[in-house]
This record gives sequence, structure tokens and C-alpha cells, in this order.
Amino acid sequence: MSKNLVIPIGPQHPSLKEPACFTITLEGEKVIEADIGIGYNHRGIEKSCESRNYYQALYIIERVCGICSHSHSTCYLSGVEKLAGVEIPRRAAFIRTIFGELERLHSHLLWLGVAGHEIGFDTLFMYTWRDRELVLDILAMLCGNRVNYGINTLGGVRRDLEPQHIDDIRRMCAKIEERNNYYVNLALSDATLAARLSGVGMLSKEDALKYGAVGPVLRASGVKSDTRRNDPYLIYPEIPFDVITYDSCDVFGRVVVRVLEINESIKIIRYCLDNMPDGDIIAKMPRKIPAGEVVSRYEAPRGEDVHFIKANGTDIPERVKVRAPSEANWHSMAHMLKGDYLADTPIIIAAIDPCYSCTDRAITLNNAAGSKRTDWEAIRKHGIEFYRNKGVDVSRILLPEKINY
Amino acid sequence: MKKKIPGAIIKTAFPTIFQKPATVGYPFEPLKIDDDYRGELTYDAEACIGCSMCMRDCPANAIEIINIGTKEDKKFKAIFHLDHCIYCGQCVDSCPKDALVMSNNIELASLDRNNLKVERE
Repeated sequence: MSKNLVIPIGPQHPSLKEPACFTITLEGEKVIEADIGIGYNHRGIEKSCESRNYYQALYIIERVCGICSHSHSTCYLSGVEKLAGVEIPRRAAFIRTIFGELERLHSHLLWLGVAGHEIGFDTLFMYTWRDRELVLDILAMLCGNRVNYGINTLGGVRRDLEPQHIDDIRRMCAKIEERNNYYVNLALSDATLAARLSGVGMLSKEDALKYGAVGPVLRASGVKSDTRRNDPYLIYPEIPFDVITYDSCDVFGRVVVRVLEINESIKIIRYCLDNMPDGDIIAKMPRKIPAGEVVSRYEAPRGEDVHFIKANGTDIPERVKVRAPSEANWHSMAHMLKGDYLADTPIIIAAIDPCYSCTDRAITLNNAAGSKRTDWEAIRKHGIEFYRNKGVDVSRILLPEKINY
Repeated sequence: MKKKIPGAIIKTAFPTIFQKPATVGYPFEPLKIDDDYRGELTYDAEACIGCSMCMRDCPANAIEIINIGTKEDKKFKAIFHLDHCIYCGQCVDSCPKDALVMSNNIELASLDRNNLKVERE
């Protein structure tokens, strides 16, 4: 009788450079069960926001994710601005949109490279990352940072676009468009790429909706869903752009959706540059935000980002909750892994463009109703007992005198 | 759907061998840093009024402004914790007197942790 083999992939280096543990149960070469263990990157970001004022919390929120930092900060700010009843100047909305799309450009190029690397196509990885540098150079020039741009502030943006910047952005867009058209051709014409990715990580339209997939994963399953179109924010209601979908439902479809979205992003950036109005870039914001609750949505490069903010009338938020797009895609990924070969696991994991540090902020309450609150002394007592049973006496270890928890 | 050919990238990949590298050999070659890049903070003690708005808004508690003069004749000095600083530049925005400005100096690494606490007067 054959016995199923259980392989732990991770927590170190499970296809990407962040920690997560995938426990894969195999029958022969096929995955029959995939259990995803996350939480290795928990940094307590939401809690730290609750002890900082709205300005400080902005920079904490911006660091939820290195790649989609602008998405998180814009999502948070649109909530705070809504609570304060402040409307940002139109020029600031244009600048935020441009940054959002520049971010999508470099995120998708980064993903394309990572996907190439996961399937052993390192030439593609080198080329896309070289091209991504063009976008990062523009971002560094505009805001002074390559990632975590710090362009957003409460009530608008911190730096204005100068005329020479606009020329540089246009030149960059032309270059990226030329390169991206080549990638589109490559994706559609290279036999190796299609043979490796077609039929891998299947997620049908019904399953995508059932497991709550978002972003390019959902769109590659043929569902026309994009927050920029469904629930438009900033100046998206007036921008003409196409929501890219592909109905192959596999990793290949996710490649095609992302490379075509790069062209859409370039179209949006050009629209913003052509129609940018003059005027202020920042509106006056009160330091104390009126009490209330708000939920804001944003289409990050990886999918829909949701922030919940509760204000209590002071200059410190009472609660900030982040639902990052990767978090929404975990469940569909566990489903996608089932039935595929073990060798396909890295690319299936990479295909949702997972960001572990984005995700790791959830807590699980086991038997929450019957749980009790324990104080520091009781935990220490429990710890000493626990180790004493194992034959180690830790009671001699002294604690620092003053501990404020 | 187009006809699929294997190795379609070879046509682009082969000529690239003869091109110069896309990377810069930093630190042996100079790196171009934009003037507006967010690097080390510079402090103008003359302009500072000691309002401590920068300390209040700093998300990383990386800046301290201390009065080293008397209560009547105030004189300020700044302590920057370069290891705490996240180079967001919020202190520059919060400063009402433009006493803080970011330079484009990014070469701040040190082997000794104590060197990362700098005082400016």
C-alpha cells in the first residue's frame, strides 16, 4: 500500500524570498493537499498605527509592502480624508494616479521577471528587471525614493511634477511601451513559455469567485472585475481604459493579463500627463480627525486593497485594519495547487504575486469564546513550569525591573 | 493565436552579449544620485525655533531637538539617529522654518553603531 508523502516547502525561501510554510501532501508526483502556513512576517503594523498620529501612521502603512506602498498609503489616506471631509486638489489626484500607475508598471515588470526566474527562464528575468529600472529611476527622480515613495500626505501630495519631469516620464513610457510590446509578442509566440505555463494552476471562473480571488488572478479567470472600474476613486471615473481579461484560467493567462495591463497603465499615465490641471497640490487638513468609521478600496497591482479606519476624534487612529490583496488570493492558491505536479508548485505560488509581509497581520483566535485573559506574571509562571517539566530551570533568569505592557 | 516557435527570445538575447552592462560597478564607479533624493538630513540651528514639530511627526523617533542655551537665550542642537531614520522626510515638511533640509548624501553606512548617532549644531 502506498503512503502519501508530506513535504514541507519553506518557511525559508519557498519559491520567493519571504517566509511562509507550504505543507504539500503528495500522491506520487501530484499534489493532493496543500496547507498554507503564514504568519512568519508578522510585524504588528496595525497595532503600531494605534499609538501614532495620522502622519506617523501614514509612513507605517506605506511600509506594509515595498512594492505596492503607494496603493496602501493612498487607500489609507482616502479613508482619512473622507472622515475629515477634505477633498484633495484635482492636481494632487492626478499626481496620485500617475504614481499608482507607475507603481503598477514596475510591479508587473517585477512579477514577469520573477515568473521567468521560477520557470528557469532567466533571460526574461534579466530583461524585465533591466526595464523596471527605467521606472524606478523615474520614481527616484520624482519623489526622492526608489520604493516607499513618500509622495502622499494628508490632504494631497508632497512634491509637484515639473515640466522637465513630464518629458522624462513620456520618454520612459515610450521605451517601456516598446519593450512591453516585445514581451506581449514573446508571451504569445514563444512555444517554451506556453508549453510550460498552459494548463498549470487552473482556477475556473466559478472557483475564482468562490474563493474570493482578486486582481490579475481573477481577471485571468475571465471575470471582468477591477476596482478602478467597479468603485472608481481619484480620477479613474473619467479615464478611458480597458479592463484586461483572459479566459485561459491558468498561469499563462496571468502572464498575458499582466503584460497587457502594462500597456493600459501607460495609456492612463499619458492621459494624466495630457490633461493635468494647474493648481495647488495640497489641501489643509485638520490634525484631529472627527470620530467615525470608513472603509476604502483601491486597486493595487496585485488586486483589491481594503482599509478600514476608525477615528475617535483625536489625532491618533483608534483602529486601522488592512486587507492586502495577497491575503485574498491565498485561498484560491491552495485550491490551484491541488492536482498539479510538485514541480509546478513554485510557479503556482509565484503566479498570484504573493506578498507575505502584506498578508501577515491576521490573528487566529482558537476557541475565542472560552479564552481568558492572562497577565504577564501568570505567563511567566506558566513558562517556568513548562520548562521545569522538560528538566530546565529558568526561574533564576531575572527580568528587567520595569516592564510596561 | 500566432504560430509558436521555441526560443523566440534568442534574436534579442544574442546581440545583448555585445552591449555594455546595464549595471554600474558601484562603489568602484560613481553612482548618479538625483538632487532631490532623500538622503542625510541637514540642520540649520540659526533658523530652528525649537517648536519640536519634527519630533512630534517623526514616525521612527529618529530626531531630537535640545535646547543647549539658557531659558532666555535659547540655542538648539539636533541629534539624528541615522539607524532609526526611515528617510521619509516628514520632519522637513513639518518644520515651519525650513531649518531641516534633506541632502542627497546616501553614504551613511558605518561599522560602528555609535557613529550613527550624529549631533548637529
